[in-house]
Amino acid sequence: MTMHFKAAATAATAWLVASAPVSAQSIDERVNEVFANSTGWFVNFIFSPFPGTSFPWIVAWLVIAAAIFTVYFGLIQFRAFPHSIALVKGDYSDPNDAGEVSHFQALATALSGTVGLGNIAGVAVAIGIGGPGATFWMILAGLMGMASKFTECTLGVKYRNEYEDGTVSGGPMYYMTKGFTERGLPGGKALAILFSIFCILGALGGGNMFQANQAHAQLTNVIGDYPGWITGVIFAGIVFAVIVGGLQSIAKVTEKVVPIMGVMYVATALVIILMNADMIGWAFGQIFEGAFTGLGVAGGMVGALIQGFKRAAFSNEAGVGSAAIAHSAVRTKEPITEGFVSLLEPFIDTVVICTMTALVIIITGQLVSDPETGMYLLNEGSSAIQTVDGNSGVALTSAAFSSAFGWFKYVLAIAVILFAFSTMISWSYYGLKAWTFLFGEGKASELVFKVIFCLFVIIGAAASLGPVIDFSDAMIFAMAVVNIVALYFLMPIVKAELDSYLSRLKSGEIRKFH
Amino acid sequence: MSHKIVVGFDGSESARAALSFAVEAARKTGGELLIAHVLEWSPYSFLTPTELEERHKRRGEELERAEKAILAPVVESVKASGVTVSTALRYGHIAETLVSIAKEEGADQIVIGRTGHSSLSSRLFGSVAGSLAQAAPVAVTIVP
Repeated sequence: MTMHFKAAATAATAWLVASAPVSAQSIDERVNEVFANSTGWFVNFIFSPFPGTSFPWIVAWLVIAAAIFTVYFGLIQFRAFPHSIALVKGDYSDPNDAGEVSHFQALATALSGTVGLGNIAGVAVAIGIGGPGATFWMILAGLMGMASKFTECTLGVKYRNEYEDGTVSGGPMYYMTKGFTERGLPGGKALAILFSIFCILGALGGGNMFQANQAHAQLTNVIGDYPGWITGVIFAGIVFAVIVGGLQSIAKVTEKVVPIMGVMYVATALVIILMNADMIGWAFGQIFEGAFTGLGVAGGMVGALIQGFKRAAFSNEAGVGSAAIAHSAVRTKEPITEGFVSLLEPFIDTVVICTMTALVIIITGQLVSDPETGMYLLNEGSSAIQTVDGNSGVALTSAAFSSAFGWFKYVLAIAVILFAFSTMISWSYYGLKAWTFLFGEGKASELVFKVIFCLFVIIGAAASLGPVIDFSDAMIFAMAVVNIVALYFLMPIVKAELDSYLSRLKSGEIRKFH
Repeated sequence: MSHKIVVGFDGSESARAALSFAVEAARKTGGELLIAHVLEWSPYSFLTPTELEERHKRRGEELERAEKAILAPVVESVKASGVTVSTALRYGHIAETLVSIAKEEGADQIVIGRTGHSSLSSRLFGSVAGSLAQAAPVAVTIVP
């Protein structure tokens, strides 16, 4: 499949070069066509429903996993929540380790890879198709996803590779190989290879093309329509400067600005919600009623549920395995501590930030409903709910925020571009780790991946949203299929770590330094 | 009772002035000297994934460089002047770390230069000298 995909990439790039004199619009169209044709079959497979239903098996797969981890670890996401915060604050950090990667830093970096378009555009897609009720399922998926994240990040740290020069490499491919060998299980290597292939494609899809695509949508929304490949080339140039040119300083700037933007986004959402305080009760009413009836959306309750679960998974990546790569660099003697810290991620990402977006869209009345029946009206193709200005995706969020503050669309445009950029940088790293796992570490091999990554920025900006979002979802879920299989086999190891840690915490052997 | 003086040292012109002041003071009172170099570090800063991966390695390199380029050269010259000297090399907030070194070592004085390497940022965020003057549990001497 890699070959299949590379061929598509090469063909698309060749066209970009060959058809320079042709009008810009037709380049975009052709990229789009090639892309949709070459990826459709896999997308269809991943999202195929259980026979006789409209319920995709992949959604069930993720939710069942999150529920199993939640039960197996005894509601760890609620039990360990206060301890997680103490760890992030540094209460348990040895002062002699100052200068090493702290829990806070590992969390912040992992978050900047997940907080982004999923929270802004993804939620708008979920609400636009699944109605307000999707929010309920999204929050539920976020809460349960905390247990999945806990499991994978603990394993990520436990089985990382530490090299002689002091650098580390970690992630699902390492716990699949080392963890399976330790437990005497076969097939670890095969899983790791499969995971790495999907991770590379996921990095090119959700971690790259979807980001470029929505950044372009946001730019045209603010400054008017122009061909996507132009945005793509500019973005690709900057990404190239960072990941190939080693200009970490550019990335460092975004790493600093992104948290500020995140806080500003949540603060603005809160202000809008408080300005409409009288509507809060109604909005939650819509969320609960919609969750169980659908309120007229396509697919009814199941439609709302699928959208909520899908977008939550895409936004917080719990069970996908990407976070296990990001968290594995932390300095700690106890792998489980990073598991505790990482469970805050879906909470911040989904339960807090995504919910804010959803509430703003609902409260500002972007969705059109029938005043008599209270049911939402569908658009012409019956594929989504009618919106006031016919917006979807990031444009819908932008319209919702701008209806309260006109200037916000400019802030949002900047935020989206920065979020997109920081997510791309994170995913270029995840993809690279998977790539080097398959093809070996080394300058030449790494360069090949980095150049491919930059080319996909251009393709992503030029293609239209539908095929890009389908492909991105499909790849990220494909990662989750492989990763969760491994998590099932390795969860007793996490359980042993957890029991040992908790008993030592209770006995006072593990104590606060501050 | 023997005196112990902690000197905050970053290799700058001003830090050199502070060091020679402290050497003089130690010699007069028969006290000993602790030369402390603090690498500015916050566990709440933001790093890229690549920086996370390389952090442990970089930390080792930074410590080695500081030891070689900043501490080692001056330790020799202080020893030559006949004063007992030790060193401390830490990561952290500069003023806070100097205070905790002074506490741990039971020092009775901290000596620092008025301006270190970063005079612009200290103007924006408050200087080490300023914070020490407010927070130190022992006498602080600021050498111009």
